[in-house]
Amino acid sequence: MADALARLAPYRAVLASRVRSQRSYRANFVLDLVGAVLIGLMEFTEIWVLFHAVDGIGGFTFAQILLVFGIADLTFSLADLVVGHCDSLPTYVRAGTLDVFFLRPQPVLLQLITSDISLRRLARATVGLGALVAGLVINDIAWDARSVALLAIALVCGVVMFASVFVTAAGLQFFLVNGAEMTNAFVYGGRYAATQPASVWPKAVVVVFGFVFPMAFAAYLPVTALLGLPGAPWLPSWLGWCAPLAAAWSVTLALLCWRWGVRHYRGAGG
Amino acid sequence: MHALRVYARLLVAGVRRQSSYPLATLAGLVANATFGLLKTGILLAAVGSAGGTLAGYDVGTMSAYVWLSQGLLGSVNLWGGSDMMQRIRSGDVAIDFLRPVDVQGAAIATDVGKGLFALLPRGLPSVLIGVLAVGVTMPATPGPYVLGVFSVLVGITVSHALVYLLAVTGFWLVETRGVTVLYMSVSGLFAGLFTPVWLFPDWLRTAAEATPFPSMMMYPIDVLTGRVTGADAVGVVGVQLAWLAGVLLLGHVLTRAGRRTLEVQGG
Repeated sequence: MADALARLAPYRAVLASRVRSQRSYRANFVLDLVGAVLIGLMEFTEIWVLFHAVDGIGGFTFAQILLVFGIADLTFSLADLVVGHCDSLPTYVRAGTLDVFFLRPQPVLLQLITSDISLRRLARATVGLGALVAGLVINDIAWDARSVALLAIALVCGVVMFASVFVTAAGLQFFLVNGAEMTNAFVYGGRYAATQPASVWPKAVVVVFGFVFPMAFAAYLPVTALLGLPGAPWLPSWLGWCAPLAAAWSVTLALLCWRWGVRHYRGAGG
Repeated sequence: MHALRVYARLLVAGVRRQSSYPLATLAGLVANATFGLLKTGILLAAVGSAGGTLAGYDVGTMSAYVWLSQGLLGSVNLWGGSDMMQRIRSGDVAIDFLRPVDVQGAAIATDVGKGLFALLPRGLPSVLIGVLAVGVTMPATPGPYVLGVFSVLVGITVSHALVYLLAVTGFWLVETRGVTVLYMSVSGLFAGLFTPVWLFPDWLRTAAEATPFPSMMMYPIDVLTGRVTGADAVGVVGVQLAWLAGVLLLGHVLTRAGRRTLEVQGG
């Protein structure tokens, strides 16, 4: 135990210094926090507008989609907080920062993760948290061990899945340096998909975001199981309990892509 | 005449710069198409649950809106960053002021050039994907297309002229992250990126119409799809031009004022 703590010490020191450095420019820090919350609110407004214009979409009412949005947005923000900056891998590659990571006696992925923790992303998470709490209050949920377990599973697996998606993207970006935007399709597209009722997806989207990048498992399926709603074609609501399987698959895919990418990497020279 | 030729050259240079990264263009197209399919799913479901028409949109016209907005995404600047912003922060803008061209005009012409080029590898294929995969309803007469192309051009220019305004706030603020984030948070919603502005509740739609954002994307799509026609369409383009003139004028004033406060450190 003491040994494990000693090994974590360098990471703790690095993280603490990142937090301190962000708080030192106060005005910009506050503006950053406000902006992050505002972006979250606008994304929420987009969904509200749509559900305000009609009674329900894909078998979901506004109250029910609030829960889906809350879980998806909260778990995405938390994953973004921890590993979101892996998405800027091409910048590290171009600047040569990554080469330095390879010289240190610590795993490259862990160094990359601790290289930049943005506190503004924590502010961003408050929007998702607010939506989740509101969703839990206004929906008629039978509170027993079953629903608490389901919610806990959904939250943990959601964070793991989104974090995996970020790492998958980073792994692929070793190949796509100039085409990094391609990974936006499943990172930010995945976030967008996770906030939707999967029942509206065409079949091709179900394959991609139901199974390859299992975004339907992040919020939609657990919520259908929690509220006793019917699922979508190919996505029955009992699959909500299978979020851990989807998370395990995401982690596997992420680690494979990351290893593949690191092996491919030959340095940017200089 | 000579001045115009300079801006035309800068516009072409912007086009060239963008065309030298084919992988980036393909990547943008993949991301565009993915978001397009997701938007199609939810918006067509909304039209379906409204009973076939929602705020005047049916399945075909809603699909046209989705894929045209996706197509414009690479040309219209909704995220707020620009080269000019970097140049002001680094002080490189001091060199721009020594050049015999207008700083504002040159910056906007280059960005509009990049935006126009993006229509070819990114805009048109996005629309094509929509036509083939989902199907769209477009006008059968030439009128909306002629005015629509002009409206799109004005829309792209409005967006880059507006982003230029963000950049010049850097003369006073130095750190422009805050204004960029502020711009980014409202631009997508009010430009009509994820849902047409016409689906908003009244108060929110009024708020959107009081900003230049719909001129960047919503109005050009309305003109192009024939949602507004005839004199109304000309009126919409007039509103766009008025915003463009206002934003350009403000940019001109701020550039002159900023030039006086500019302080470049180091030597």
